[in-house]
Amino acid sequence: METILFYVLAAVTLLSAVCVVFLRRPLHNVLFMILTMIGLATLFILLHAEFLAMVQIIVYAGAVMVLFLFVIMLLNLEEISLPKEPRPLRWGFGVILALALVVVLFPIFSHFAPSITGKSIPGAVGNVSNIELIGTELFTTYLLPFEVASILLLAAIIGTVIIGRKLKG
Amino acid sequence: MESAFPVLLVLIKTLLVIVAVLTFVAYLTLLERKVLGWIQVRIGPNRVGPWGLLQPLADGAKLLLKEEITVSAANTVVYIIAPLIVVVCALLPFGVIPFAKGLGLENILGPVANKFDLNTGVVADINLGILYIFGISSLGVYGVILGGWASNSKYSLLGSIRAAAQMISYELGLSLSVIGVLMLAGSLSLVNIVEAQDSIWKWFVFRQPLGFILFLIAGSAEIARTPFDLMECENELVAGYQTEYSSMKFGLFYLGEYAHLLFLSSLMATLFFGGWQGPILPPIVWFLGKTFFFVFVFVWIRGTYPRLRYDRVMQFGWKTLVPVGLLNVMATAFVYTLWLKYLG
Repeated sequence: METILFYVLAAVTLLSAVCVVFLRRPLHNVLFMILTMIGLATLFILLHAEFLAMVQIIVYAGAVMVLFLFVIMLLNLEEISLPKEPRPLRWGFGVILALALVVVLFPIFSHFAPSITGKSIPGAVGNVSNIELIGTELFTTYLLPFEVASILLLAAIIGTVIIGRKLKG
Repeated sequence: MESAFPVLLVLIKTLLVIVAVLTFVAYLTLLERKVLGWIQVRIGPNRVGPWGLLQPLADGAKLLLKEEITVSAANTVVYIIAPLIVVVCALLPFGVIPFAKGLGLENILGPVANKFDLNTGVVADINLGILYIFGISSLGVYGVILGGWASNSKYSLLGSIRAAAQMISYELGLSLSVIGVLMLAGSLSLVNIVEAQDSIWKWFVFRQPLGFILFLIAGSAEIARTPFDLMECENELVAGYQTEYSSMKFGLFYLGEYAHLLFLSSLMATLFFGGWQGPILPPIVWFLGKTFFFVFVFVWIRGTYPRLRYDRVMQFGWKTLVPVGLLNVMATAFVYTLWLKYLG
């Protein structure tokens, strides 16, 4: 049952990801990207990472993509102005980038492969819910990276306030 | 057979909840028109059936029989999907609302009921209930944005941009106002939150009064009820994002709106007023009573307050609601920690 679900959801996610790349109207691309995000969230649920799934939906599908949609609607982009037949150089560049990504991701995938084949993430079993586990880990083991990330976000917030502020006079 | 049986029962339960919600939604429209009528010293609908009781059926039949118009300049697929998104996102969150303590199934089914969690008065008791609700409601924005965009009309686009900006801004305030309750209950599951309010003094409205007020304001902005219904204000934007919709597609938007109202009322009863908890009467009666009280409050507000100006709404959302919400979260955390340390 779970295996069938996994293949169906993975297929939907991958197909919509392909659509994001190959469709030519920006609005359709964004819509398929939303579908990709939701598909990823469902895969997280299959891995028993419900908290991650919900955050994925709230942050990416619910907030970030709305902003994408806003920009496209306000700019009234109808068709991408890229040439229909991409030049060979661009293809080469894309392939090199994709290979580089594989090289970076391969060690990670090979290390965590057992969790992809259906076993839930370590420690998330038993009575401790996802959210408690993540909370405890964030404030004990990963305290420093967590604080660094929050300072980065704070800097970004201050940056937007300064950019968005109206200059007097 | 052994494994198909519980699945079937869950399906029946889901269907039951959906049918109940849709019936309530239909009669909400009548309730709203009647109450508004009384507030404005009118009688309200009274032609179809006694006290206008068959009015919702007549409205439904009328919506179905009207001519279906698809604007020729519209982006057809998106145009059709948009109202569906709105309705689905309004119905899905009802799955985590606990509407009663139990269904009394253990007498009929025996141990099977407990084994498969069939006895709980909620469709799905997931331990991230609140996050699930916010996740779904953040997806609901798409129905509005896409509907306005796909209609290819100025009023629709303006209405949907307003709607999206407002819903995103107030969602922040809404989630902040709930965090206090989550901290005190120590859980994100709505079932646990209701169980934490087992006596009237433990109702979160008394322990989180500021949170409740913020929730009421942000909630009515989130579902675009009158003081905040700028996305469809008829004297500026015709009907906002719904302008180009007709027949049942318009009906679906309408349905989504009222389902959202019903959902928010039931969520308010669950989070702040003890859900199904209450003496003597059966739990479901308490739950429905509290829910419909809040529905009445929303109609009452609509009959009382004029519409706000758009820039004021946004200013209030970002410069008052969010800071006060943050303050409430911090104060709650502070007091609660001290309480646990010295008094608990």
